[in-house]
Amino acid sequence: MVKPLEYLTYRGGPGHWSWILHRLAGVGVFLFLLIHIVDIALIGWGPKVFNKLLFLYRAPAFRTGEVLLVGAVLYHAINGIRICIIDFWPETMALHRKLTYAVGIIFVALFIPTAIYMLSFVVK
Amino acid sequence: MNGAGRPKPESGLELYAWIFMRISGIALLVLALGHLLIMHIVHNVDHIDFQFVAQRYATPFWRTYDLVLLWLAMIHGVNGVRTVLVDYVSPRGWRTASLASLYLLGFVLLALGSLAILTFQPPMAP
Repeated sequence: MVKPLEYLTYRGGPGHWSWILHRLAGVGVFLFLLIHIVDIALIGWGPKVFNKLLFLYRAPAFRTGEVLLVGAVLYHAINGIRICIIDFWPETMALHRKLTYAVGIIFVALFIPTAIYMLSFVVK
Repeated sequence: MNGAGRPKPESGLELYAWIFMRISGIALLVLALGHLLIMHIVHNVDHIDFQFVAQRYATPFWRTYDLVLLWLAMIHGVNGVRTVLVDYVSPRGWRTASLASLYLLGFVLLALGSLAILTFQPPMAP
């Protein structure tokens, strides 16, 4: 059992942080998947019920959450590529620090413009 | 150090779970990012309504896409949360209870989602 304080004091470096972010993003996306299944299942009750529900998803708070969701999936995906590279080609472990920074750079480069584009519909 | 993710298990079900996470992850890279790109960026909740889904589900292609995405995402997600629970929930009773709830929730929602995708009837064109 890891105490919360140990997260802050353990100095695992960038690999440690990418591991924490990977878990947080994964659990967050999973929780959204559960809700998303329920809302899509409502389509079986016809257009009235389904279209009524969409007002909820069009609310600014939900659309901001949607941007966070895209960020979580994107980070989990790019970091997942790093995990696969190192696990399938163990010799790349020598580059692990560079790969971790590359994940951060690629994530920021893709997420910032995407987030600005998505938010432009919220504040129109 | 022997890898970036969870250390590769020696054998058995844990080894298959470890391999599955990586293979399904690569598939989800295309399926989940493709889904986000189409449904949340190119289109977005301003365009999506019942009519949009009805047109999308008029042919089997997107139903199959969504069904494969749903199953891979759910199994990938349940297995990921299982790893997290095993890491943090050490008391035996709580661990069993939390894992059982996870499996039950995953199973029920996978069934509900599959049913929604497979049984949806697009209304006749007006």
